[in-house]
Amino acid sequence: MIQIVDRSMLVPNIHLLTLEAPLVASKIQPGHFVIIKANEKGERIPLTVADWNREKGTVSCAFMQVGRSTRKLAALKMGDEVETFVGPLGKAIDINRFGTVACVGGCYGIGSIYPVARAIKSAGNRVVSLIEARSRFLLYWEEKIRQVSDALIVSTSDGSKGEKGHNSDRLREMLGEGQSIDLVVAIGCTFMMYAVSEATRSFGVKTIVSLNPIMVDGTGMCGACRVEVGGKTKFACVDGPDFDGHEVDWGLVLARRKAYIRHETVSEEAS
Amino acid sequence: MVKVASNKTKMREQPPEERIRNFEEVPYGYSMEEAVAEANRCIQCKKPSCVQGCPVEINIPEFIRLIKEGDLRNSIRVLKETNVLPAVCGRVCPQEEQCEKYCILAKKMEPVAIGRLERFAADWEAQQGDAEIPRMKKPTGKRVAVVGTGPAGITVAGDLIQLGIEVTMYEALHEAGGVLVYGIPEFRLPKRIVAREIAHVCRMGVKLIKNVVIGTSLTVDDLLKEYDAVFIGSGAGLPWFMEIPGENLNNIYSANEYLTRANLMKAYRFPEYDTPIAHGKVVTTIGGGNVAMDSARTALRLGAKRSIVIYRRSRNEMPARDEEIHHAEEEGIVFHFLTNPVAYHGDALGMVQEVECLRMELGEPDSSGRRRPIPIEGSNFRIPVDVVVVSIGNSPNPLIPNTTPGLETGKWGNIIIDEETGRTSKKGVFAGGDVASGAATVISAMGAGKKAAKSILQYLRDGKW
Repeated sequence: MIQIVDRSMLVPNIHLLTLEAPLVASKIQPGHFVIIKANEKGERIPLTVADWNREKGTVSCAFMQVGRSTRKLAALKMGDEVETFVGPLGKAIDINRFGTVACVGGCYGIGSIYPVARAIKSAGNRVVSLIEARSRFLLYWEEKIRQVSDALIVSTSDGSKGEKGHNSDRLREMLGEGQSIDLVVAIGCTFMMYAVSEATRSFGVKTIVSLNPIMVDGTGMCGACRVEVGGKTKFACVDGPDFDGHEVDWGLVLARRKAYIRHETVSEEAS
Repeated sequence: MVKVASNKTKMREQPPEERIRNFEEVPYGYSMEEAVAEANRCIQCKKPSCVQGCPVEINIPEFIRLIKEGDLRNSIRVLKETNVLPAVCGRVCPQEEQCEKYCILAKKMEPVAIGRLERFAADWEAQQGDAEIPRMKKPTGKRVAVVGTGPAGITVAGDLIQLGIEVTMYEALHEAGGVLVYGIPEFRLPKRIVAREIAHVCRMGVKLIKNVVIGTSLTVDDLLKEYDAVFIGSGAGLPWFMEIPGENLNNIYSANEYLTRANLMKAYRFPEYDTPIAHGKVVTTIGGGNVAMDSARTALRLGAKRSIVIYRRSRNEMPARDEEIHHAEEEGIVFHFLTNPVAYHGDALGMVQEVECLRMELGEPDSSGRRRPIPIEGSNFRIPVDVVVVSIGNSPNPLIPNTTPGLETGKWGNIIIDEETGRTSKKGVFAGGDVASGAATVISAMGAGKKAAKSILQYLRDGKW
């Protein structure tokens, strides 16, 4: 059993769990994900990682409460235990000297982009971080991200903080003005990653996205997480989760995320 | 000589119309009287050929003789001398191709029902409470890591612990048992049986660590720093797809996913359990092996009105066991032979609606010795479906080979081993079961485990590679 050593609600509906998992903490790299299962009857849920502390042996994940399984996770208190917390899974992001890198986050991905920005920054790159939320009360970790970035650009849909609009609007403006960006890394909800990929496509700026399909085992055994990239079927759990956003079949990603939409209703009614 | 009954003593089963509505085991197993009657059919050959058909060389005549005499305690001891999983093997071994094939009676009549007797003795033991702990050799101070807790891994662990070697088993999932828990359905192999066998090796002193993926959480090289040898029995966990248009539509599963959801994640008890599974009126399984039969029969139990199996060759070429095909037919599974999917068609939400197939005819035998299926041009037709399960095979999971320098793999990603010793190309690393052979049977994985355990012991003694 894995113990929750800290937990908080970052903003309404987005939670941060910190777990005592020394083995995972000792190996995890930016881009990896973990699988968590709250209890015997729970689902195996893939989560990206928002932070870790190798000395303390802890790993933190930010996630959005969307259904019964994530509500179970959100209800966990300090000192509670989860049955399963396994990782690191997937391939780590290739961290290199790229030049200027835009690190883009939204929703739970504001948390998940943080360690990516930190690693890319410490590898000697110029990091411009872009984060977005519907409204200012849904923003978090601005200071934390600012500290590992050369610049931070905040967007809100309602314009209550930063620029009005989305990360994709900002990228389109920046690239349109001729600003040089060598690489974009985006983590968050599927639609945001899709919009970011579309924004950068015509500028030919390589855009890495962290796909978040439904998974079961997370080790390549089942193929639940099939995605199509460059016309080829890939398993996001072992071939990804990071892929070239310009090559991803986004329609398929969105459709496959809705595979159990009717079950979710049944599940909610039962609980 | 007493006249031998020409047929096996029948094993009572749940009637098909009842069992398709539950996940309970299909056969009930023998009663004591039935077991003795069947044991009496064994003529106790002086030179028994059944044993040569058993990959783990169980002393078959002896365990059967002890059943005849009603000495079940010693019968199970004999079984367990060479087979740590008799309750499992009695249920899922293809005895008709192994021990029973070589039974002398099989020349003239039905062979002795060796599998059913093995199951009987093992189930008797389970009813007596915890299994007996065998005599253990004194500790050698040597330590071995076993990667994967399927049949190969359990066999290696069970054998080595008795020889005084400290064993730690690593499991990637949240439950131990490998394919025995994620793949084989409850109605064919109840999970309590697997849990009991795992508990037994743990009571013998094997340490079990779940939720650790070797290849990512820890590498084989990490293990070699802590252990004197490593055995890899991580199975054939990478499902194949046909790579035809529309195959990524929703409700098209690999058999691994379909069965894992149903078995390991208990989706058949959704919403009590959180993991969902698609319940369709028409479920179509692609493939002709045991896993395809398991999938098609699981679909019925999940409420399918019609469960169809599509297989590109004819019934004669099906790789599934006769017993499985027979059970599937009894349960009303519909077979479309000489049929092969070429595309899937879906609705606006990306849900599969139809499978488009081609009719096939059989040509000359191919490298497998079976007649090659040849498509009949222009014979395309469509079958309306709600759920599809692709069950055309698996290859070894590449996580370990990809993260283990010096470990040689073959064409299918299988770890290359010396068949007799289970040695890989990397010093101190042994492998066996599906990860080396490609998808095969429970008992062949156990056979490979036995050989590997012997040669691991040898290596720990002399250090020679």
